[in-house]
Formats: sequence, structure tokens, C-alpha cells
Amino acid sequence: MRVIVPLQGVVQGKGGLFWGSVIPCALFYFFQLYFKNRRHHHRSPPPPPPPPPPPHHSPVLPRSLSRILLSPRSPAGPAYVSGRATSVARISADSPYYVGLRKAAEDPYHEVHNPHGVIQLGLAHNTLSQDLVHDWIHQNGTTAILGRGIAPYQPLDGFMELKLAVAGFMPQVMEKPIFFSPSQMVLTAGATSAIDILSFCLADHGNSFLVPTPHSPSFDGDIKWRSDIEIVAVPCRSTDNFNLSITALDRAFNQAKKRGQKVRGIIITNPSNPVGKLLDRETLLDIVDFAREKNIHIVSNETFAGSACGSKEFVSMVEILEAEELDRDRVHIIYSLSNELSVPDFKVGVLYSYNENVLVAARRMAKFSALSAPTQQLLISILSDTRFVQKFIEINRLRLRKMYNTFVAELKQLGIECTSSSGGFYCWANMSKLLRSYGEKGELELWDRLLNVAKINVTPGSSCHCIEPGWFRFCFTTLSEKDVSVVMERIRRISAATKSES
Amino acid sequence: MGIEIEKPCVVELSNIAVSNTHGEDSPYFAGWKAYDDNPYDELTNPSGVIQMGLAENQVSFDLLEKYLEEHSEATTWGKGVRNSSFRDNALFQDYHGLHSFRAAMASFMEQIRGERAKFEPDRLVITAGATAANELLTFILANPGDALLVPTPYYPGFDRDLRWRTGVKIVPIHCDSSNNFQITPEALEGAYKEAESMNTKVRGVLITNPSNPLGATIERSVLEQILEFVTRKNIHLVSDEIYSGSVFSPSEFVSVAEILEARNYKDAERVHIVYSLSKDLGLPGFRVGTIYSYNDKVVTTARRMSSFTLISSQTQHLLASMLSDKDFTELYIRTNRERLRKRYEMIIEGLRSNGIECLKGNGGLFCWMNMSPLLEKATKEGELKLWNAIIHQVKLNISPGSSCHCSEPGWFRVCFANMSENTLQVALERIRNFVDKIRTHTLTAGSN
Repeated sequence: MRVIVPLQGVVQGKGGLFWGSVIPCALFYFFQLYFKNRRHHHRSPPPPPPPPPPPHHSPVLPRSLSRILLSPRSPAGPAYVSGRATSVARISADSPYYVGLRKAAEDPYHEVHNPHGVIQLGLAHNTLSQDLVHDWIHQNGTTAILGRGIAPYQPLDGFMELKLAVAGFMPQVMEKPIFFSPSQMVLTAGATSAIDILSFCLADHGNSFLVPTPHSPSFDGDIKWRSDIEIVAVPCRSTDNFNLSITALDRAFNQAKKRGQKVRGIIITNPSNPVGKLLDRETLLDIVDFAREKNIHIVSNETFAGSACGSKEFVSMVEILEAEELDRDRVHIIYSLSNELSVPDFKVGVLYSYNENVLVAARRMAKFSALSAPTQQLLISILSDTRFVQKFIEINRLRLRKMYNTFVAELKQLGIECTSSSGGFYCWANMSKLLRSYGEKGELELWDRLLNVAKINVTPGSSCHCIEPGWFRFCFTTLSEKDVSVVMERIRRISAATKSES
Repeated sequence: MGIEIEKPCVVELSNIAVSNTHGEDSPYFAGWKAYDDNPYDELTNPSGVIQMGLAENQVSFDLLEKYLEEHSEATTWGKGVRNSSFRDNALFQDYHGLHSFRAAMASFMEQIRGERAKFEPDRLVITAGATAANELLTFILANPGDALLVPTPYYPGFDRDLRWRTGVKIVPIHCDSSNNFQITPEALEGAYKEAESMNTKVRGVLITNPSNPLGATIERSVLEQILEFVTRKNIHLVSDEIYSGSVFSPSEFVSVAEILEARNYKDAERVHIVYSLSKDLGLPGFRVGTIYSYNDKVVTTARRMSSFTLISSQTQHLLASMLSDKDFTELYIRTNRERLRKRYEMIIEGLRSNGIECLKGNGGLFCWMNMSPLLEKATKEGELKLWNAIIHQVKLNISPGSSCHCSEPGWFRVCFANMSENTLQVALERIRNFVDKIRTHTLTAGSN
């Protein structure tokens, strides 16, 4: 280090007295300043930027009230919020995923009323078949809810009747006669709650989960924000078509161990998000072996199970465990009824576990994210209408496939290739040709252009922790066909602009 | 070759999963078990255990049923979803919740406070129940190892809601019967010092107003003292006002919101209010809770973290319809208050005629009963012994004060709103018999 040399001069007495006093002073002053700034940043984050001018409908706090609150500060300083909250606030403000969501929420596209608004392609929600469910409710809604009376306090992990209905529904969705036991289910207000609950049950503060990357952009928050679990990335590469390799898994585990990180489990998403890959039977068995060898848990996030299509077969962990007597205790699966029924607003998640101790703890934790009684009544009625369910599954699947094919084909016409996908509500596109510079910076620059110039909210690969720059996730399941044309036109303009620059 | 039976590796769970910080092993929950095993029914099981340990409001249920039957379009969303503005939907996707629902909740909260406080819909963050709201606020206001100060006696569920997954501690603010369990500045300071002596950072005070289990509102002067205390210490104040609509006489409830408005929101950024529809509206099954905060950062952070505890749009639409029907809400609030007051008077009278006094209450779904004269020993053990007798001999599930962390033994919380009037009479009859038996026994014992 360069500092050592002049200090050596001090020791050896060469012009040392001068440098000997200046350098340590300078260092001292520098460190003071550095730590003071860090402390300042840590303890009192800069005041929030003034709220943007409210559109028709102000999503931000009323300006007048905000101003009253922001100005007269108590002499002791602003009221403290936890380290956790500060981190959430910072991420919300800076992270592209959340910035994009916010912009799309504040300035949403509408064909007639807001044609220059932001088109939302960043949410992995499916509303393609929402109309079918709405029609059903319109025709049957009243009896569906009132027929059973408003419920008083009930088991907060879901009505048994609903669990039974779900046990009958999931095999229909997977198109296989798989057996689900209602007593192994905990129903939650959204799949995010199910992940949160498992994070609290399977690992302690500061422990880690292995997660193949690229992964869902919301995982960082879902897993870390409350339970404080670290994610150890298991990178998948385009050269492998982003498929998971057990070698990579092993390597990541060992490296984590060397760093002193305690790995408590692995979270796999199948079909994967954002790439849409299915894990085959052999890989699933390898994962079970791996987990057994390391004595860790497996969380199988199967929230996109019903969207699996194409030539490859969707294999659920439940199928694997039907054969394996051992190791069931370490496996926990998550489903999303809102995804399967194309009603993202319903927020219904299913935690399915073979571990009785986990179920006991999870049932207690379900109190913090329990499902609304009328929503449960409604779902019981819908799911019991097996004819409707059958028809729905068919139509929904067709619409998903059609939208996927259309979207990917049109991207291809623009020169943008996507990895082949077997499921999910999105496609994984290689936009590296449009990057001004190859790297994370270039990727974020493109993301910014897409959001603020083209006005489409897509998710950059870096938000998914993809190690290769230039990949973007496009969610297309909240679009109409007309919307797709608009999206493509906007991308074409960006593409043309980029080409004309080079 | 023999079959090799591999000994399965036992995979570990987290400390949180195996701990009992959830507090569900306490007598509060054990009593529920006795009820579950042998529940009272007027016709089919008249000698079963009567549930008086559940703070649920069933006295005005008929009004709700009637409303829903007459307004069936609310349940099918009617105009709701299809015509819901595209902007509303867009915000919904970013966890803001439906504006119509938040506006309806805000106006309902204003109605309950006799329009003495204003609530902005954009400051409302919705959660799946007050349980979730309290836990989420704790995550936001405190780090693991920090503490919240909570006046005793308090709702037993707080042990779980505020501590279990958050790692935050509760340091009690001791209150006693000498001044009707009111919070005093000395008690506040005492609790703060106790935390300091344990090297624990205090992040806030959490009060319930009206109080559970006391069934009494906090006086304006006390609220002002608490506000002064939290401002001086630069900490937060969480006011859980979930029983605000269940105060028998509307003028007796003062919300911290009113005090803040009166002083033009000075220092308001440290105050947060929790509300839910489970108690006032008797809709616990709906799982509807809210955090109302005067602190911008807390609002945006809570909103972002509400992803962990959501309410379906369908429920929001239904409630938006119902709560924005001012005729209905006015009728409901008025009738509910009246019926609760009558119930309260019935039980107080019934107990008094047996020589049992209760704390003077004015709200909530329960009364705070003083059974200390009946204790063999004025200790926690004495209280639990009496409680056991009440559960197993009298067949009433009531909540012992020790499970509420009350420092004085002999107090019990008795719920009166989750049963019919007939059942309440049966319960009072059983208490009369029990008390007579004890008194006769004591007299007989004394005369030997």
C-alpha cells in the first residue's frame, strides 16, 4: 500500500516528521468524515424527495398534509424507523423492479384515456381468463357467499371445505391423478405469505437459502425483508439454456460454507421464473438426493404449475415424493390459486408440507395472513363447479399458449430472441443487441429507455440476479392482443433509434 | 441380504418455529381447548362450557345479514370490478388497495369518532387483520432486541403479535387497581428505565384504546401525557383502536387522532393507529385490518410490506359498498353501541347481585371482573386455581388476569357479546351457584 512508504520514511526519519504528521492527520480526518457520512446515512436517511405532481388520481400522500408533517421536526430529529424499514424504503426507491411498478401504477396505459401511459409488463399476473371467473361470479355470486352465512372466527389456516376443494382442483390443473391431503395444507393470503412463512420456519436470521438465478425479482424482498434470510445464488447460464445443474448447486453450497454462511434450504421454482424452464424428473430426484446429503430443506415453488405446456411434462415434487418414503420431512411446496384461476386480485396461496412440525408452526403464522371468509366461500363454490373448472382450465391454457406464441413471434420479428419456455406468464428475451454498452450499466440504461421513453415496464435481468447482462423478462398475461401491437411498435422505435445511433 | 433401513436425517427447523414465544401455551388458549372439547349449546349440550374468553361481537349480526341480503349486488361486485377505473386497478397492483375501499374505511373511522378527526385514504395501509397490522408496525418501528412499552394488563395475543417473529421485546408499563388501572407518567418512566437497565432500546409505546382487557377508554389527559412522553423520548406511539366503535357512549371515546388534529399535527409523525373491522363490525372472518400513519415513510414502507398480508379485491369491493352506505353505517354504529351497553349493564348487574364487582367500563366486548375476594391465596397460583375451578366446575371459559400480565391476582376478563342473552343468563346463574357454594363452604369452614 502506498501509505506504508511515506510512513516508512517517518520511521527512517527522511522528511518524515512532516509526512509523519500530515498523513495520519489526513487519514484520521478522512475516516472521521467517511464514518460520519455512513452513520448519517444509516441513521437519518435524506428527507424523501417532494412528491411528484399528482395525476388524476393521487397515489402519493396529499401534498398539504405531507408539507405540514415534513416541516415542523421535533428537536430530537425524525422518529426512528428500523434498519429493516430503512432498507425496504431504499430498495423501493432505487431498485428497478419497484421503480417500474410504481411508474406503471402512477401512469397506467389505457387505449382511450391514457394512450401514452406506461404499459405494465413487469407483473407475473394472469388476467387472460379473468372474465370467465367474473362471469361465473356475476351469475352465481350471491348464493355462493351468503349461502353459508358470514363466518365468525374460524381456523385461520383456511376452511377445511376449501382445502378439500383445492385437493380436488390441483390434480385437474396438473392433468394427473395426484393425491393431495387437505390436512397438509395451510392457506394464506397470497403465495408471498407462504414463502414468508416458510422462511421463518426453516431458517434463522442470517441463514441462507440456495436459489438458482435468474430468479423472481420479488424474491429478494419476499425472503429477506422480514425473516432476514440471505440468498446464495446458483447461477444458470444461457449456454445451458438456463437449466439448473447439480454441479453448480454443489459448488454454490461449498462456497457458501467456506464463507461461513449456513445454508438451510434450496428454493426451486418450477416452471422457473423468469425463464419458464421445467425441471425434469431426473433433476428433481437429484435435488432430493442433494438435499438429503446436505441435510437441508427443499421449497418447491410451483405457483405457475398450471401454465406449463408444450412438449415437456410438468412433474410436481408431490409426484416425486409419492415414490420416496424418506425425506418427505424436508419438502415444502407452494401453489397459487390466484395464478391458476387467473384472478390475481384474490391473493390466495397454498403451503403444502409433509413436515408436521412445520405445519404446526405454519398454522400459527397463518394468523398473520389469513384468507378472507367471503373469498373462501366464493372459491369453494367455484371449485365445486367441476364442469366450469374443467372448461376454464382448457380455455385458460389455450389463451396462455396463444399469447405466448404471439408475443414471442412478434419479438422475433424485431430481431429479439427468447429462450424456449415451457411455462410461466412471461418470456425471457435477449436484448443485448440493443445495449449501448455490454454490461450491467448498459442493461440498466436500456431498461431506463424502455420505461421512460418507450413507456413499457419490463424487468431487467439484473433485478433477477442474472449473471449475463442483456436479458429482460416480459410478462404478457395482462395484455390484450391490441396491447401487444402497441408494445411491439414502441420497442421497434427504440430499436430503430438504437440502430441509427450505431 | 437384509433390507437396509436407512435412518432418516432429521432436518432442523428454525428457532422461531420451535420456540414458544407465540405464547399459545398460556391459560388464555388452554381455556379455549376446554371449550372446544365440550362446547355449550342451548339445546344439544346445555351443560357444556360457555365460551366467555372470545372477544367476538355477535350482538348486531342481524343488521349485517339484512344489509347483505338487500344489497346482493355488493357480493357480486355489481358495478365494482368491471367499471373500476383503470387507474384504480393499476394502483391496486402496486399494493395500494382499492381507493374506494380505503375511502370507505376512512369515512367509517371518521363516523365512529363523531367527525372529530379527519382520515386521509392515502395514509391507510391495508393488512389481513389487526394482528398483521400490529406485527407489521413492529417490524417497521423496531429492530430485533429492541422493545415496545405496553401497559398491563394487555391482550394476551400481543405476546405473539409483537414478539414472536419480530424478535422485539415487550416491557410492561405497570398499572394497578389503585387508580383504575390508568397509565401514569411514573409508570411510563418506570418502564422506560427498566428497559434501559436491560440495555434495551425502547422504540415505542403501544396502547389499546379502549383497552383490552379493561373495557375502558383512556382519558384525554392521559393520552396527552403519553404523547408528551413519547415526544420527549423521541419514540413512537401505536394506538390500537379496534374497539373504538364499541364504546357505549360516543362522547366518552377520545382518539389520539383528535388530539393531533387539535394541535395541527405537531409531532404527529411518530403516531400510528391500528384499526380493524373484526370487533366493531363483527366481521372477524373477513380479516380486514389497517395501519393509519402520519409518517410518510412508515406509510410507504408498510404499503410495500403489505405484500405479506393482503386482502382480496373481492372483499375490498364488498366492504367499500357497505361502508360507504352512510345510512347503514350510521344505523349500525348507533344500534351496536346501544346493544353492547345493554349487554354490559346486564352482566354488571348480574355479577353485582352476587357480590362480584367489575372495573367501571365504557366500551369493548368484555368486562374486567374482580374475583380477588374469592381467592384462597392472593397469588398467581391462587388465581390459576380459581380459574381452573371456573373452567371445570362452573364450565365457563374466562381469561385469567395473569395471562394478560396483570400484576394483581384475582382479575378476570369476561366476554359478553359472543352469545345470546339466554346464554348470558345461564352463565350468570352458574356464577351465582358457584359463589354461593364458596361462601357457604367458607362459612362452614370458618365455624369449625
